[in-house]
Amino acid sequence: MMTGVMTEASIPEQTDQRLVIEELRKTYGTGAAAKVVLDGLNFDVRSGEFVCIVGPSGAGKTTLLKCLAGLLPPTSGASYLDGIQIDGPPEKLALVFQEYTRSLMPWLTVEKNVTLPLSNKGISKRERRTRAQEALEAVGLADVPSKYPWQLSGGMQQRVAIARALAYQPEVLMMDEPFASVDAQTRFELEDLTLRVREQFGITIVLVTHDIDEAVYLADRVVVLGSAPAQVREIIDVDVTSPRDQVKTKADPRFTELRSRVFELIRAR
Amino acid sequence: MRTARRSESSNTGTARRSESSNTGTARRSESSSMRRRLRSFAIEFWLPVLIVVLWWVGSARADLVFYPPLAEILGRFQDLWLFDRFFTDVIPSLRNMLVGYALSCLVGVGLGVVVAQVRIARHALEPLVHFLRSIPPVALVPIAILVLGFGPEMKMTIIAFSAVFATLIATLDGVRAADPVLAEVTRVYRVSGRDRLFKVILPAAAPQILSGLQVSLQIAFVVMITSEMLASTEGIGYLTILAQQTFAITDMWAGMLLLGILGYLFNLLFTLAERRVLHWHIGMRSQAKTH
Repeated sequence: MMTGVMTEASIPEQTDQRLVIEELRKTYGTGAAAKVVLDGLNFDVRSGEFVCIVGPSGAGKTTLLKCLAGLLPPTSGASYLDGIQIDGPPEKLALVFQEYTRSLMPWLTVEKNVTLPLSNKGISKRERRTRAQEALEAVGLADVPSKYPWQLSGGMQQRVAIARALAYQPEVLMMDEPFASVDAQTRFELEDLTLRVREQFGITIVLVTHDIDEAVYLADRVVVLGSAPAQVREIIDVDVTSPRDQVKTKADPRFTELRSRVFELIRAR
Repeated sequence: MRTARRSESSNTGTARRSESSNTGTARRSESSSMRRRLRSFAIEFWLPVLIVVLWWVGSARADLVFYPPLAEILGRFQDLWLFDRFFTDVIPSLRNMLVGYALSCLVGVGLGVVVAQVRIARHALEPLVHFLRSIPPVALVPIAILVLGFGPEMKMTIIAFSAVFATLIATLDGVRAADPVLAEVTRVYRVSGRDRLFKVILPAAAPQILSGLQVSLQIAFVVMITSEMLASTEGIGYLTILAQQTFAITDMWAGMLLLGILGYLFNLLFTLAERRVLHWHIGMRSQAKTH
């Protein structure tokens, strides 16, 4: 443990906390033109937890996720993964991007896309293929390894992106509006797939979305952001029974109550 | 993106159904592409064939000094190039060109990739590159002769130098224009070193790089011929200009014919190679069109 970067506040409960976000601020530009996007965020994510970050469009959700993934340095404040300050993409972290058409390599087959991140991990070729096979099976795409991404539908492409993340065997999986560009039917399928995958692989998931239903349906806790500059409005425990079900859960009065609560929080000025 | 979304929404069922509809269109387009290829072959070749026939007939009886009958030209073509001067002149020409071109490809792509990564290097080098590429290559022959003499080294050097800029600039542009999301993917998934170069950076820039390589190929060919016409004692260009200067008009025509055929073949080979390398790009685009 690197106690040097641990802060006093996070020490008492460090056993359970995987991700700690402290006073995270991000400002674009300097001087008079500076625009504050993230205005001192504080929250944490426990090990094995599914946390959804929900907020209105343009609230800086993607900026937040990029800071957490180590792709963007924060202006001040910090985030810690297992007590270690994030200053670059951590090895235990995988990210599913919003734009599946842009995040997959069109010149690589599905299988090669999935194994691309594995070749630097010092594992054998056979092991890489096995992992790709397992990951593709987990997302229901076992039969297309030699196809190219652009030969698949949008939903299938995002499955490939999820398989790529799973084969990487991360401890934390971050997802940036992963289902924003697929149709409703596929969206429900992919949401349930994500819940299944989380059960199967026991990973911690942080998912960013603007869809309130999706956030409440998926999450153990929902972090509600206000409009820009983003601050944490409230963190809501989703005490709806698991496993979740698209029909039953969404008909649950508690679910309706929670989504109204999130909606009001987002709408509040 | 649009096509993907549309194909998704057009099927109400599972992902698998959309997949089978994809293979269906692939099979259908295969047979129609065969027919299309035959048709485009016919469209491409009726005019050249007609011109050759007209040339043959028109030149057969004419008694013009500068325009000998095509039959005679073909006769000299066979005498000269198959294979009397093949090893002494054709091979040296091709060797100079291929060595020069290969050098320009390696340097152009290599330097382009490196310089594109470093913003300062790009800013510092770009004006120089644009100045150097604006010098007509032929203008460099005098100094090249002084420094390197009349030998093959001079020709290879001047071919490489002239051809390198088209590839260099195309590579710079291609690497720079790559989608920033790809850079984020490589960072998050720690794709580095050789994989990053060969599986991400180069393929992403490949469409631009290949069009640069094609321009370079054409330049290399032109410079090969001109350098031989200006300063040489061997080569196709040299024999062609020598024939003109000694009033061996039929030989001159035979040389021009060979140059034309070679230029065409180079381009054809390049296009075939390009199709292989960019098969994903072509597939992606035709997918976008059929939906």
